[in-house]
Amino acid sequence: MEADWIWGLVGGGLIGLGGAVFLLGNGRIMGASGILGGLIDGSGRSNMAERLAFLIGVLVTPMLLLPLYDGGVDTHLTSNTAVIIAAGILVGIGTRIANGCTSGHGVCGISRLSLRGIVATVFYILAGGLTIALFRHVLGVI
Amino acid sequence: MQRLFLALLSGGLFGAGLFVSGMTDTTKVQGWLDVFGNWDPTLAFVMGGAIVPMFIAWRLTAGRRPLVGGEFPAAPRPEMDHRLITGSVLFGMGWGLAGLCPGPAIASLSYNGTGGLIFMGAMLAGMAAAPFFGRQLDGLAAKV
Repeated sequence: MEADWIWGLVGGGLIGLGGAVFLLGNGRIMGASGILGGLIDGSGRSNMAERLAFLIGVLVTPMLLLPLYDGGVDTHLTSNTAVIIAAGILVGIGTRIANGCTSGHGVCGISRLSLRGIVATVFYILAGGLTIALFRHVLGVI
Repeated sequence: MQRLFLALLSGGLFGAGLFVSGMTDTTKVQGWLDVFGNWDPTLAFVMGGAIVPMFIAWRLTAGRRPLVGGEFPAAPRPEMDHRLITGSVLFGMGWGLAGLCPGPAIASLSYNGTGGLIFMGAMLAGMAAAPFFGRQLDGLAAKV
């Protein structure tokens, strides 16, 4: 659709605004994997309530917006459970070992011209591109 | 209380942005990564749109303190390490396989069906296991 890039920009602006609120308000970097992961491995015990409040916000606004979309929203997630599980484990381990994901390293890192954020983003995009090329075009699994 | 409200507001904006930008649609994410297929540039617009307000926000931190007090995050470390590279490669592989990263996985949880829940469960398990794998990785890196 032609409107996709406009909604991409609008949505991106909202994501950046969310990051700006978290930074200027609470002095924290808005990284989804870090905020969630800190609750899972116990490293975020000291500010658990703040993390939970953020995560509730992420979960709830799409629920509020969903009724505005006639016919709902299709995420087109694969029905292949093995692929979903493998992908989930890789995303969980990878983002925590790298200490960031698309929001932390990507949005927040690149915008402060952090070399680590830029390098991480280059590597996860390359790895994602090669994975798609291999599993879709060579193996035909996804 | 103010801290919690701002966290909720931030998360709400983040979730709304992921939703309206289409980033919870895995075909858009995989479409961006799929340069040999039907390439979809949407993700670049989302990234660009998000980086602009964040760039301004980082500029505004100079000489100020966070609204609720405390300190802003320390300056980014310059050095690269095996964790950053290996972790990003593993993350990218999972991202490509399913078209989901942590933010959209949370944002879409209410309408992503059983698959979305399974992905979340697997991702949380991976996060729980990450400290162990990180230590194994450090051991390997020390030998190389």
